[in-house]
Amino acid sequence: MSVTKHRLCQVAAVALVAITALGAAAACSKKADDTSSKPDKLIVDTFGEFGYDDLVKAYEQQTGIKVELRKTAQLGDYRPKLVRYLATGKGAGDVVALEEGIINEFKINPANWVDLQPIVGDKSADYLKWKYELGKSPDGKLIGLPTDVGSLAVCYRRDLFKAAGLPDDRDAVSALWPTWDKFVEAGQKYRTATGKGMLDSVTTAASAVMFQVGGDIFYDKDNQLFAADGKTLVASTSDAVKQAWATALKLVDANVTAKTATWSTEWSAGFKNGTFAATFCPSWMTGIVKDNSGAENAGKWDVASVPGGSGNWGGSWLSVPTQSKHQKEAAELAAFLTSATSQVSAFKLKGPLPTNLKALQDPAFQAYTNEYFNNAPTGKIFGGSVANIKPVNLGPKHGNVKEKAFEPALQAYEQGKVSATAAWEQFLKDVPLQGSY
Amino acid sequence: MSLSATTTPPARLDPPGRPKPPRSRAGRFGRLDLKASPYLYIAPFFIVFGVFGAYPLLRTLWMSFHKWDLVNEPTLGSTWIGLDNYKALLSDDYFWNATYNTVGMFLMATVPQLLLALFLANILNRPLQAKTFFRLTVLVPNATSVAAVAIVFGTLFQRDFGVVNWVLSLFGVDAIDWHINQLTHWTAISTMVDWRWTGYNTLILLAGMQAIPRDIYESASIDGANAWKQFWSITLPMLRPTFLFVTVVSIVGGLQLFTEPLLFNNGSILGGSRRESQTLVMYMYENSIENTAKAGYGAAVAWALFLLIMVAAVGNFLLVRKTVK
Repeated sequence: MSVTKHRLCQVAAVALVAITALGAAAACSKKADDTSSKPDKLIVDTFGEFGYDDLVKAYEQQTGIKVELRKTAQLGDYRPKLVRYLATGKGAGDVVALEEGIINEFKINPANWVDLQPIVGDKSADYLKWKYELGKSPDGKLIGLPTDVGSLAVCYRRDLFKAAGLPDDRDAVSALWPTWDKFVEAGQKYRTATGKGMLDSVTTAASAVMFQVGGDIFYDKDNQLFAADGKTLVASTSDAVKQAWATALKLVDANVTAKTATWSTEWSAGFKNGTFAATFCPSWMTGIVKDNSGAENAGKWDVASVPGGSGNWGGSWLSVPTQSKHQKEAAELAAFLTSATSQVSAFKLKGPLPTNLKALQDPAFQAYTNEYFNNAPTGKIFGGSVANIKPVNLGPKHGNVKEKAFEPALQAYEQGKVSATAAWEQFLKDVPLQGSY
Repeated sequence: MSLSATTTPPARLDPPGRPKPPRSRAGRFGRLDLKASPYLYIAPFFIVFGVFGAYPLLRTLWMSFHKWDLVNEPTLGSTWIGLDNYKALLSDDYFWNATYNTVGMFLMATVPQLLLALFLANILNRPLQAKTFFRLTVLVPNATSVAAVAIVFGTLFQRDFGVVNWVLSLFGVDAIDWHINQLTHWTAISTMVDWRWTGYNTLILLAGMQAIPRDIYESASIDGANAWKQFWSITLPMLRPTFLFVTVVSIVGGLQLFTEPLLFNNGSILGGSRRESQTLVMYMYENSIENTAKAGYGAAVAWALFLLIMVAAVGNFLLVRKTVK
């Protein structure tokens, strides 16, 4: 190799190293924050369907600020992303949605969140009181504005009920099961007539019972997993858990379920194929039932009330992470998205049930009927049961304990893998693992 | 750096009155060039490896000695607990369950996969019509995305309307719930892995077979050895180095199994209601990204997995040293 060629290579190598270093330096440098000027763009992170597509367009027109909606399909994929954003201090949207099962976990460190009250003012009179209170951190900061609640109803197939000799009119179906025992009876009739399970799976029913009983679930009022003696799990003595567990065992033993775990492929396919005829659906689930069942089943589904009268599954808040560079504008956007008119618009588009009191009283909301569900007055049905929801104490990692300790144990029993005693032991073993924080 | 040396005015290096042979500067530079530039050439790899390989590795080790909260560590800090995470690991049923699943699924997937790959490679090594077509076709499954494979196979292995159960029903087998126990979980997941990787291994083995000199086979057939005898006494022994390479790649990939079991269980990190197919990587994920407060413990799981792969790799190295002289 000649010297010149050699040197050329060396220069190239040095240049390469220099460029790498420059790139790293650029990646490390931060632009100076300029919070006073109007932002070009705000980012909103949500999971599932919040129904904000039309609203952000209206907001863009009003304010001239562009809004980017980043949707993640499932909460299970959404949470790890949020964790990563918070852990690394960058990447989160200016407005992020926090679900009831995970908000308490993120409240543990209020420093991550902007106190919204000084920016948007006191809104406590606008929302369901318990919902608004849950958006506050232990030190009294308002870290979330309420979006929706997951007030429960039963979505059922009219044609399959009729074929099994059960009533198919929504009032008659609601009258069929005022209590859980009556619900089990209806399920047994359905099994005798068709040989199939009436209900998709046992877990949502158990969750509904938990909320009907209320009080402590997996944690006590001080967010502790263990009672004062340091050994007894709160979950093992809680009335809500015990009654939910007992009801679930009754449903399984009476062979009422089709053993299709929620979100499984069997479950999604089951809507079209009539594997089951009923599922517990919060308002936000109606959109999912519709998507899974397809246009060919339009009008076959209807909505009835839940045994025991009420229940709750899901529901969220909008928060602003302190890492946002435009906290004031982000908080104002969150207030806009949770206003009464916005919540009614979102409900009509995708089904999340309003928490804003004015939205719940809005005639446009109350008179709303869902064409796909045989014109069921979903505004009235879901809105009517909101008042019955009891505020419950969800601990820091409620969602994690429910999904990774309580439900797997119930599913293991439902699928016949273990005895009831072994399932209960599995649950108690997993509570501290999934619930400690 | 060395660039600045080339731009320095020569006057400073060569003060007047001290005549020097004109070649000396170039000679000195040439020596520096010879010594330093190889390091510069390989620098990009080591810089990238340092940033994306060594640093995370060491930071994970550091984390594993702490009670570490992934989200709140920057503001609330972490606590040094020494080897406590590793001690807890040894008595953790779920950790051993994940190890058992990982090794079990690795064996269940890899053994039939390599035998099948060997069989296919041997067929493709013969004179065939349209052999390029067949050789390319075996690689197609490998070019598909893992997630797509897992979702499609998840549907095939459905209990109620799955194709696998439908085919089995033609032979009078009752519908199987593929999520019912460890064996069914492992079978479904191993099938996914094999579908994707058999073709890749076939091609590598085929390349190894083609490197075996033809004349050995010719002399063997003159000596009267039949096809089976040739395969057994020539192909297999001479393929050993290739076979060991294929095994190492399978070990590294197989022990890091994650996407297939995750999607087979509809995204549940537990890998089934009784953790029937939770792998070590899934357990690590559960204890760091899902349970953020336990990130230190998750880091310990990561190091345990690292050690497991090291043991397997060293085992392979010893085998290689023995067989490849």
